[in-house]
Amino acid sequence: MTSQVVVTGIDVVSPNGFGADDYWTATCGGKSGIGRISRFDARRYPAKLAGEVSGFRAEDHLPGRLIAQTDRMTQLALVSADRALADAGVSTEDMPEFGMGVMTASSCGGFEFGQGELQNLWSKGGQYVSAYQSFAWFYAVNTGQISIRHGMRGPSGVLVSDQAGGLDAIARACRLVRDGSDLILSGGVDASICPWGWVAHLSSGRLSTSEQPERAYLPFDADAAGHVPGEGGALLVIEDAEAARQRGAARVYGEICGYGSTFDPKPGSGREPALRKAIEIALDNAGMSPGEIDVVFADAVAIPELDRIEASAITEVFGPRQVPVTAPKTMTGRLGSGAAPLDVAAALLSMRTGLIPPTMNVTLSPEYDIDLVTTWPRRASVAAAVVLARGHGGFNSAVVLRSIG
Amino acid sequence: MASGEFTIKDLRRILHEAAGEGDGADVDVATIDTDFVELGCDSLVLLETCSRIERELGIKLDDSTLFDSATPRALIDAVNAKLTVYQAS
Repeated sequence: MTSQVVVTGIDVVSPNGFGADDYWTATCGGKSGIGRISRFDARRYPAKLAGEVSGFRAEDHLPGRLIAQTDRMTQLALVSADRALADAGVSTEDMPEFGMGVMTASSCGGFEFGQGELQNLWSKGGQYVSAYQSFAWFYAVNTGQISIRHGMRGPSGVLVSDQAGGLDAIARACRLVRDGSDLILSGGVDASICPWGWVAHLSSGRLSTSEQPERAYLPFDADAAGHVPGEGGALLVIEDAEAARQRGAARVYGEICGYGSTFDPKPGSGREPALRKAIEIALDNAGMSPGEIDVVFADAVAIPELDRIEASAITEVFGPRQVPVTAPKTMTGRLGSGAAPLDVAAALLSMRTGLIPPTMNVTLSPEYDIDLVTTWPRRASVAAAVVLARGHGGFNSAVVLRSIG
Repeated sequence: MASGEFTIKDLRRILHEAAGEGDGADVDVATIDTDFVELGCDSLVLLETCSRIERELGIKLDDSTLFDSATPRALIDAVNAKLTVYQAS
């Protein structure tokens, strides 16, 4: 990467915190947002826990017109976008509209809205399906609605690669900035905790069926047995460093300096999974050596075979127990396309505060030779971080972040 | 609809439902000849509105109604013309 691409604004909507400050206080304090599902009656489903964003009332933040035509994930994304731009001190009306774009990730689209309209279709008939369904369910809808609300008419799009998409979108945003865009809002916010979304999650076969919030999602633990899904994510304001300086940006959280993505070989081929390669490509892209990395935010699937692959990749690239590894998503659940942007936000906040947030509830299995930060946040000078994310079906992505000194 | 005629009050109510509670366009007698675009009604809001009118009145509007009705008056006239046809048959 040639010019410096930096993050100048952050916002978080997460099961354990609404807003970046709230999230960071909760995360460093080990406060979890995982609990019994309240958004629908899940008693008859095999998995009953989720990370829900509680207390969010769209009408407190958005006009009725937008609420009528949006899914919950878009409402969360719109509020988050407002606050990320405010955090960056950006007034979009003062900037050239074609210089600003939106690049988000999505893993499933607006499921709750879509479920309501499918119910209308099959119980009442096609004439009862809302005209807004045409876009409210769609993967690109968060990008589109943010773009319309803020007049951000430059290059925009959506990336869909399950949980890896959150990093893929941020990397794409960096490329757009290097190609001349002034500012790209990027990241991901997902919310699919509704019956239709839930059966889709269940079909992965990777959901924890534990009913104890503190025992349900245990990556790198000998008792790992699946994950808990959650809702929310993070949005970032991404700019060229020089342009941000000229605009008078109040703060720079850090630089996005490297990215790598790979796709796994066909199952049963016997070839090595491609996560390690994604990390190596990202480091190479950043022009950094493994020894310069101060923390790794793990994907942390909590399926033994996949934990093994991730722990091996980290150990092979960085050496056994040579770099602190953490998974604060143990306090939020896995947020689909929102998970990796949230980890990017967490990594940038680690740099700012000198704290690596803990992986909660986990006792590291002796099988893994990694330095997992558990239970308590660890004081550390964090100048560079790697964030990992994998998507169902074989997607692997890695992003390297660096503080601006 | 008490008189069997579709009025500006009916349109106003349905438009508010279609656009989202408390945030409907300012459609009233004073703005009956104002362009929908000026009233802040985009094509999607009108599509949803026409769909709700059809459901409520049990009629089927012509596909062109949506695009030919630039103002509240034009849409109300089109609905009433269709209602007359339905009532005659």
